[in-house]
Amino acid sequence: MLSNESDILAAAEAWRREGRGVALATVIETWGSAPRPVGSHLVVDDAGNFLGSVSGGCVEGAVITESLDAIADGRARTIAFGVADETAWQVGLSCGGRIRVFVEPVA
Amino acid sequence: MQIEILATLNAERAARRAAILVTDLEGGAQRVVREAELAADPLADLLARHLASGQSGLVEAGGRTLFLTVQAPPVRLVVIGAVHISQALCPMARALDLAVTVIDPRTAFATPERFPGIDLVAHWPDDAFAGPVAPLDHYCAVAALTHDPKIDDPALAAALRAECFYVGALGSRKTHAARVARLAGAGFGEAAIGRIAAPIGLDIGAVSPAEIAVSILAQIVAAQRAPRTGAPK
Repeated sequence: MLSNESDILAAAEAWRREGRGVALATVIETWGSAPRPVGSHLVVDDAGNFLGSVSGGCVEGAVITESLDAIADGRARTIAFGVADETAWQVGLSCGGRIRVFVEPVA
Repeated sequence: MQIEILATLNAERAARRAAILVTDLEGGAQRVVREAELAADPLADLLARHLASGQSGLVEAGGRTLFLTVQAPPVRLVVIGAVHISQALCPMARALDLAVTVIDPRTAFATPERFPGIDLVAHWPDDAFAGPVAPLDHYCAVAALTHDPKIDDPALAAALRAECFYVGALGSRKTHAARVARLAGAGFGEAAIGRIAAPIGLDIGAVSPAEIAVSILAQIVAAQRAPRTGAPK
Protein backbone atom coordinates (compact mmCIF):
# COMPACT_ATOMS: atom_id res chain seq x y z
CA MET A 1 0.00 0.00 0.00
CA LEU A 2 1.22 3.45 -0.84
CA SER A 3 2.02 5.36 2.33
CA ASN A 4 1.00 8.99 2.73
CA GLU A 5 2.65 11.58 4.93
CA SER A 6 0.14 10.88 7.68
CA ASP A 7 1.05 7.19 7.82
CA ILE A 8 4.74 8.06 7.93
CA LEU A 9 4.61 10.37 10.94
CA ALA A 10 2.21 8.00 12.70
CA ALA A 11 4.65 5.15 12.10
CA ALA A 12 7.56 7.24 13.38
CA GLU A 13 5.72 7.83 16.65
CA ALA A 14 4.50 4.25 16.99
CA TRP A 15 7.91 2.73 16.25
CA ARG A 16 9.61 5.01 18.77
CA ARG A 17 7.05 4.17 21.45
CA GLU A 18 7.78 0.48 20.83
CA GLY A 19 11.34 1.27 21.84
CA ARG A 20 12.91 1.12 18.40
CA GLY A 21 15.59 3.58 17.34
CA VAL A 22 13.97 5.87 14.78
CA ALA A 23 15.14 8.60 12.42
CA LEU A 24 13.08 10.89 10.24
CA ALA A 25 14.35 12.23 6.90
CA THR A 26 12.73 15.28 5.29
CA VAL A 27 13.34 16.78 1.85
CA ILE A 28 14.15 20.43 2.62
CA GLU A 29 15.26 21.71 -0.77
CA THR A 30 15.08 20.62 -4.39
CA TRP A 31 16.48 21.91 -7.68
CA GLY A 32 15.58 20.77 -11.15
CA SER A 33 13.53 17.68 -11.72
CA ALA A 34 13.63 16.22 -8.23
CA PRO A 35 11.13 13.39 -7.97
CA ARG A 36 9.71 14.12 -4.50
CA PRO A 37 8.49 17.52 -3.29
CA VAL A 38 9.89 19.56 -0.41
CA GLY A 39 8.45 18.30 2.86
CA SER A 40 8.40 14.62 1.81
CA HIS A 41 9.30 12.21 4.61
CA LEU A 42 11.06 8.91 5.04
CA VAL A 43 11.08 7.16 8.42
CA VAL A 44 13.71 4.55 9.24
CA ASP A 45 14.11 2.25 12.24
CA ASP A 46 17.30 0.80 13.67
CA ALA A 47 16.76 -2.47 11.82
CA GLY A 48 16.61 -0.65 8.49
CA ASN A 49 12.84 -0.90 8.05
CA PHE A 50 11.53 2.18 6.30
CA LEU A 51 8.33 3.85 5.14
CA GLY A 52 7.85 6.78 2.78
CA SER A 53 10.18 8.22 0.19
CA VAL A 54 12.45 11.21 -0.30
CA SER A 55 13.59 10.54 -3.84
CA GLY A 56 11.34 8.04 -5.52
CA GLY A 57 14.07 5.46 -4.93
CA CYS A 58 17.24 6.99 -6.39
CA VAL A 59 19.06 7.89 -3.17
CA GLU A 60 16.91 6.07 -0.62
CA GLY A 61 19.74 3.68 0.25
CA ALA A 62 22.14 6.48 1.13
CA VAL A 63 19.47 8.29 3.17
CA ILE A 64 18.75 5.10 5.10
CA THR A 65 22.47 4.71 5.87
CA GLU A 66 22.63 8.30 7.13
CA SER A 67 19.49 7.67 9.18
CA LEU A 68 21.08 4.65 10.85
CA ASP A 69 24.10 6.82 11.67
CA ALA A 70 21.80 9.50 13.12
CA ILE A 71 20.06 6.88 15.30
CA ALA A 72 23.48 5.66 16.48
CA ASP A 73 25.02 9.05 17.32
CA GLY A 74 21.83 10.95 18.20
CA ARG A 75 22.68 13.90 15.96
CA ALA A 76 20.74 15.58 13.19
CA ARG A 77 22.43 16.23 9.84
CA THR A 78 21.77 17.70 6.42
CA ILE A 79 22.87 15.78 3.33
CA ALA A 80 22.83 16.78 -0.32
CA PHE A 81 22.53 14.66 -3.45
CA GLY A 82 22.74 15.65 -7.06
CA VAL A 83 24.75 15.94 -10.20
CA ALA A 84 27.11 18.53 -8.72
CA ASP A 85 27.93 16.23 -5.85
CA GLU A 86 30.80 13.74 -5.96
CA THR A 87 28.55 11.06 -4.47
CA ALA A 88 26.10 11.54 -7.30
CA TRP A 89 28.22 9.20 -9.37
CA GLN A 90 27.68 6.51 -6.78
CA VAL A 91 24.03 6.94 -5.85
CA GLY A 92 23.04 9.83 -8.12
CA LEU A 93 19.69 11.09 -9.19
CA SER A 94 19.23 9.78 -12.69
CA CYS A 95 16.70 12.52 -13.33
CA GLY A 96 19.43 15.17 -13.07
CA GLY A 97 17.82 16.94 -10.14
CA ARG A 98 19.38 17.81 -6.81
CA ILE A 99 17.94 17.49 -3.32
CA ARG A 100 18.91 18.32 0.25
CA VAL A 101 17.63 16.09 3.02
CA PHE A 102 17.46 16.79 6.76
CA VAL A 103 17.92 13.62 8.81
CA GLU A 104 17.09 13.68 12.52
CA PRO A 105 16.83 11.04 15.23
CA VAL A 106 13.54 10.79 17.13
CA ALA A 107 14.42 11.08 20.82
CA MET B 1 12.96 15.46 17.06
CA GLN B 2 11.45 14.95 20.47
CA ILE B 3 8.69 12.33 20.61
CA GLU B 4 6.39 14.96 22.18
CA ILE B 5 6.72 17.11 19.06
CA LEU B 6 5.93 14.16 16.84
CA ALA B 7 2.93 13.30 19.04
CA THR B 8 1.65 16.87 18.81
CA LEU B 9 1.91 16.84 15.01
CA ASN B 10 0.06 13.53 14.83
CA ALA B 11 -2.64 14.69 17.25
CA GLU B 12 -3.26 17.90 15.30
CA ARG B 13 -3.42 15.95 12.05
CA ALA B 14 -5.90 13.47 13.50
CA ALA B 15 -8.08 16.36 14.72
CA ARG B 16 -7.99 17.97 11.23
CA ARG B 17 -6.24 21.09 12.52
CA ALA B 18 -3.33 22.74 10.75
CA ALA B 19 0.11 22.98 12.37
CA ILE B 20 3.57 24.06 11.29
CA LEU B 21 6.79 22.49 12.53
CA VAL B 22 9.60 25.06 12.71
CA THR B 23 13.07 23.49 12.60
CA ASP B 24 16.28 25.49 13.08
CA LEU B 25 18.61 23.65 10.73
CA GLU B 26 21.79 24.80 12.48
CA GLY B 27 20.97 23.85 16.06
CA GLY B 28 18.19 21.38 15.30
CA ALA B 29 15.85 23.19 17.74
CA GLN B 30 12.19 22.59 16.94
CA ARG B 31 8.79 23.84 17.92
CA VAL B 32 5.24 23.24 16.70
CA VAL B 33 2.95 26.20 16.02
CA ARG B 34 -0.70 25.16 16.08
CA GLU B 35 -3.13 27.05 13.89
CA ALA B 36 -4.77 28.62 16.95
CA GLU B 37 -1.41 29.98 18.10
CA LEU B 38 -0.33 31.28 14.73
CA ALA B 39 -1.54 34.88 14.96
CA ALA B 40 0.45 35.49 18.16
CA ASP B 41 3.65 33.96 16.83
CA PRO B 42 6.69 36.18 16.08
CA LEU B 43 6.78 34.61 12.60
CA ALA B 44 3.01 35.03 12.07
CA ASP B 45 3.13 36.57 8.58
CA LEU B 46 5.65 34.06 7.28
CA LEU B 47 3.77 31.13 8.76
CA ALA B 48 0.42 32.39 7.46
CA ARG B 49 1.76 32.60 3.92
CA HIS B 50 3.13 29.07 4.06
CA LEU B 51 -0.07 27.74 5.59
CA ALA B 52 -2.18 29.36 2.86
CA SER B 53 -0.04 27.90 0.10
CA GLY B 54 0.27 24.55 1.87
CA GLN B 55 3.95 24.54 0.92
CA SER B 56 6.73 23.40 3.24
CA GLY B 57 10.04 25.17 2.68
CA LEU B 58 13.20 26.92 3.84
CA VAL B 59 12.95 30.47 5.21
CA GLU B 60 15.41 32.98 6.65
CA ALA B 61 14.33 34.69 9.86
CA GLY B 62 16.43 36.63 12.35
CA GLY B 63 19.65 35.45 10.74
CA ARG B 64 18.68 31.80 11.12
CA THR B 65 17.81 29.26 8.43
CA LEU B 66 14.55 27.58 9.33
CA PHE B 67 12.64 24.78 7.68
CA LEU B 68 8.86 24.99 7.89
CA THR B 69 6.99 21.69 7.63
CA VAL B 70 3.41 22.65 6.82
CA GLN B 71 0.77 20.18 7.86
CA ALA B 72 -2.69 21.15 6.67
CA PRO B 73 -5.72 18.86 6.72
CA PRO B 74 -6.91 17.54 3.37
CA VAL B 75 -9.63 19.82 2.02
CA ARG B 76 -13.11 18.36 1.54
CA LEU B 77 -15.78 19.57 -0.86
CA VAL B 78 -19.37 18.79 0.09
CA VAL B 79 -21.77 19.30 -2.79
CA ILE B 80 -25.46 19.63 -1.98
CA GLY B 81 -27.45 18.39 -4.94
CA ALA B 82 -26.73 15.56 -7.36
CA VAL B 83 -27.58 17.90 -10.22
CA HIS B 84 -26.20 18.51 -13.70
CA ILE B 85 -23.63 21.08 -12.53
CA SER B 86 -22.46 18.62 -9.86
CA GLN B 87 -21.81 16.02 -12.53
CA ALA B 88 -19.38 18.43 -14.18
CA LEU B 89 -18.02 19.68 -10.85
CA CYS B 90 -17.11 16.37 -9.19
CA PRO B 91 -14.44 15.09 -11.59
CA MET B 92 -12.84 18.55 -11.77
CA ALA B 93 -12.80 18.79 -7.98
CA ARG B 94 -11.08 15.44 -7.73
CA ALA B 95 -8.42 16.65 -10.17
CA LEU B 96 -7.77 19.43 -7.64
CA ASP B 97 -7.25 16.79 -4.91
CA LEU B 98 -10.44 17.74 -3.09
CA ALA B 99 -12.17 14.89 -1.27
CA VAL B 100 -15.67 15.11 -2.73
CA THR B 101 -19.00 14.09 -1.19
CA VAL B 102 -22.37 14.66 -2.86
CA ILE B 103 -25.49 14.83 -0.70
CA ASP B 104 -29.00 14.68 -2.18
CA PRO B 105 -32.04 13.02 -0.60
CA ARG B 106 -33.67 12.61 -4.02
CA THR B 107 -32.76 9.07 -5.01
CA ALA B 108 -33.64 9.75 -8.65
CA PHE B 109 -30.77 12.24 -8.75
CA ALA B 110 -28.30 10.55 -6.42
CA THR B 111 -27.43 7.51 -8.53
CA PRO B 112 -24.00 5.95 -9.01
CA GLU B 113 -24.63 5.93 -12.77
CA ARG B 114 -24.72 9.73 -12.73
CA PHE B 115 -21.75 9.98 -10.31
CA PRO B 116 -19.39 7.09 -10.97
CA GLY B 117 -16.80 6.66 -8.24
CA ILE B 118 -18.05 9.62 -6.20
CA ASP B 119 -19.00 9.38 -2.51
CA LEU B 120 -22.76 9.78 -2.84
CA VAL B 121 -25.10 10.12 0.14
CA ALA B 122 -28.86 9.91 -0.48
CA HIS B 123 -29.94 11.58 2.77
CA TRP B 124 -31.21 14.96 3.84
CA PRO B 125 -28.24 17.15 4.83
CA ASP B 126 -28.95 17.07 8.57
CA ASP B 127 -29.22 13.28 8.54
CA ALA B 128 -26.10 13.02 6.41
CA PHE B 129 -24.03 15.11 8.85
CA ALA B 130 -25.45 13.18 11.80
CA GLY B 131 -24.42 9.86 10.30
CA PRO B 132 -22.67 8.80 7.13
CA VAL B 133 -20.81 12.06 6.37
CA ALA B 134 -17.99 13.29 8.65
CA PRO B 135 -18.93 16.54 10.42
CA LEU B 136 -18.14 19.76 8.58
CA ASP B 137 -15.16 21.80 9.74
CA HIS B 138 -12.98 24.75 8.72
CA TYR B 139 -11.27 22.69 6.01
CA CYS B 140 -14.52 22.02 4.16
CA ALA B 141 -16.02 23.84 1.21
CA VAL B 142 -19.79 23.55 0.80
CA ALA B 143 -21.55 24.25 -2.49
CA ALA B 144 -25.36 24.23 -2.34
CA LEU B 145 -26.68 23.59 -5.84
CA THR B 146 -30.19 22.15 -5.59
CA HIS B 147 -32.21 25.37 -5.99
CA ASP B 148 -34.49 23.84 -3.33
CA PRO B 149 -34.47 25.66 0.03
CA LYS B 150 -35.65 22.51 1.83
CA ILE B 151 -32.37 20.85 0.88
CA ASP B 152 -29.96 23.79 0.53
CA ASP B 153 -30.88 25.80 3.64
CA PRO B 154 -30.07 23.18 6.31
CA ALA B 155 -26.73 22.50 4.60
CA LEU B 156 -25.89 26.21 4.44
CA ALA B 157 -26.79 26.59 8.11
CA ALA B 158 -24.55 23.66 9.02
CA ALA B 159 -21.72 25.09 6.89
CA LEU B 160 -21.94 28.52 8.54
CA ARG B 161 -22.03 27.00 12.04
CA ALA B 162 -18.96 24.88 11.24
CA GLU B 163 -17.04 27.92 9.90
CA CYS B 164 -16.39 26.18 6.61
CA PHE B 165 -13.73 28.15 4.68
CA TYR B 166 -16.03 28.34 1.66
CA VAL B 167 -19.81 28.41 1.49
CA GLY B 168 -21.48 28.99 -1.85
CA ALA B 169 -25.09 28.83 -3.01
CA LEU B 170 -26.55 28.66 -6.49
CA GLY B 171 -29.39 30.99 -7.37
CA SER B 172 -30.18 34.43 -8.69
CA ARG B 173 -29.82 37.61 -6.64
CA LYS B 174 -33.58 37.49 -6.02
CA THR B 175 -33.39 33.87 -4.85
CA HIS B 176 -30.50 34.80 -2.61
CA ALA B 177 -32.34 37.77 -1.10
CA ALA B 178 -35.11 35.40 -0.03
CA ARG B 179 -32.48 33.00 1.32
CA VAL B 180 -30.82 35.78 3.31
CA ALA B 181 -34.18 36.61 4.88
CA ARG B 182 -34.76 32.97 5.84
CA LEU B 183 -31.28 32.58 7.36
CA ALA B 184 -31.65 35.87 9.26
CA GLY B 185 -34.97 34.57 10.56
CA ALA B 186 -33.16 31.44 11.70
CA GLY B 187 -30.83 33.60 13.80
CA PHE B 188 -27.76 34.01 11.59
CA GLY B 189 -26.09 37.42 11.74
CA GLU B 190 -25.12 39.64 8.84
CA ALA B 191 -21.43 38.68 8.98
CA ALA B 192 -22.19 34.96 8.84
CA ILE B 193 -24.69 35.32 6.02
CA GLY B 194 -22.27 37.61 4.19
CA ARG B 195 -19.80 34.74 3.99
CA ILE B 196 -22.05 32.92 1.52
CA ALA B 197 -20.81 33.30 -2.04
CA ALA B 198 -23.99 34.01 -3.98
CA PRO B 199 -24.62 33.94 -6.82
CA ILE B 200 -22.06 31.14 -6.60
CA GLY B 201 -18.79 31.20 -8.54
CA LEU B 202 -16.44 33.81 -9.94
CA ASP B 203 -18.06 36.07 -12.49
CA ILE B 204 -16.52 34.71 -15.68
CA GLY B 205 -19.73 34.72 -17.68
CA ALA B 206 -20.12 30.97 -17.25
CA VAL B 207 -22.99 29.43 -19.22
CA SER B 208 -22.64 25.65 -19.44
CA PRO B 209 -22.58 23.35 -16.39
CA ALA B 210 -18.86 22.74 -16.90
CA GLU B 211 -18.17 26.47 -17.07
CA ILE B 212 -20.16 27.06 -13.90
CA ALA B 213 -18.18 24.25 -12.27
CA VAL B 214 -14.93 26.01 -13.26
CA SER B 215 -16.18 29.30 -11.78
CA ILE B 216 -17.12 27.57 -8.51
CA LEU B 217 -13.82 25.73 -8.22
CA ALA B 218 -11.83 28.89 -9.03
CA GLN B 219 -13.65 30.64 -6.19
CA ILE B 220 -12.91 27.74 -3.84
CA VAL B 221 -9.19 27.76 -4.74
CA ALA B 222 -9.06 31.53 -4.17
CA ALA B 223 -10.64 31.09 -0.72
CA GLN B 224 -8.31 28.20 0.10
CA ARG B 225 -5.14 30.07 -0.86
CA ALA B 226 -5.94 33.42 0.74
CA PRO B 227 -3.42 33.99 3.57
CA ARG B 228 -5.00 33.73 6.97
CA THR B 229 -3.35 34.66 10.23
CA GLY B 230 -6.13 33.77 12.60
CA ALA B 231 -7.41 30.43 13.65
CA PRO B 232 -10.93 29.53 12.68
CA LYS B 233 -13.23 30.60 15.48
